[in-house]
Amino acid sequence: MTFSGEFLAFMGLALVAIIGGVLLLNLTRVVHMVVALIFTFVAIAGIYVLLSAEFVAAVQILIYSGAITIIMLFGIMLTRHNDESESKAGKWRKFLLFLGILGFAIAVYLGIYNFNIDQVPTTLHENNTMQIGQALYSKHIIPFELVSVLLLVALVGSIVLAKKEDKEADKE
Amino acid sequence: MSSVPASAFLALALILFCIGLYGALTKRNTVIVLISIELMLNAVNINLVTFSKYGMAPSITGQIFALFAISVAAAEAAVGLAILIALYRTKKTVNIDEMDTMKN
Repeated sequence: MTFSGEFLAFMGLALVAIIGGVLLLNLTRVVHMVVALIFTFVAIAGIYVLLSAEFVAAVQILIYSGAITIIMLFGIMLTRHNDESESKAGKWRKFLLFLGILGFAIAVYLGIYNFNIDQVPTTLHENNTMQIGQALYSKHIIPFELVSVLLLVALVGSIVLAKKEDKEADKE
Repeated sequence: MSSVPASAFLALALILFCIGLYGALTKRNTVIVLISIELMLNAVNINLVTFSKYGMAPSITGQIFALFAISVAAAEAAVGLAILIALYRTKKTVNIDEMDTMKN
């Protein structure tokens, strides 16, 4: 394994992503956790660029670091968020959970650590967005249209769920 | 061809998935649980994009699947947050261990 620029870029981005995740677990204030996770999302966008998926990287920055983080911050600000007390569930439960997740991680890692199949040269990096557009509007047109219906249903559903009942609104 | 082996990307996705899983199972604030689930979905997307480049038959389909996963995740975040706001209005709490109406 040579220390090429791609390797260094991968190591840096992976480090930022993992540090963001660890900060999410360890910080005490809720807003700080969300801000730590923005680092992870941006680093994942960089990983997508390394994997020659420029369009997915742009979408990742727009949707995750832009939209979802802001909507989560709204969710935090609109609710009570300043109690920093730890979970009542004891240390034992956390420890057992940690052991279980560690076992899961080791099991999956044994499966992937020597995953090595012959790399085929690809043309994914040439006109990436055009390839995605062509595939999306020819081969995957039905799922694409279904996603528009799904987004409409999610929009209407979340408005209906979050808006006040008429009686409540009249009282106030 | 490439100096970074595909297993390194898969290992990064595994670590992020485990962090998200631990956060979703231990955190007390429901917003953090939701955002941990987003982190797990992101790890899955890394896997999809990795296999779209380094898999047996590299093609653009993996990236398209990742885009669909991102849009479904966005819809899920919006609906989850709306449910959270509705719950907060009735119970005045966002702690996940106090939302036990269905327990008794």
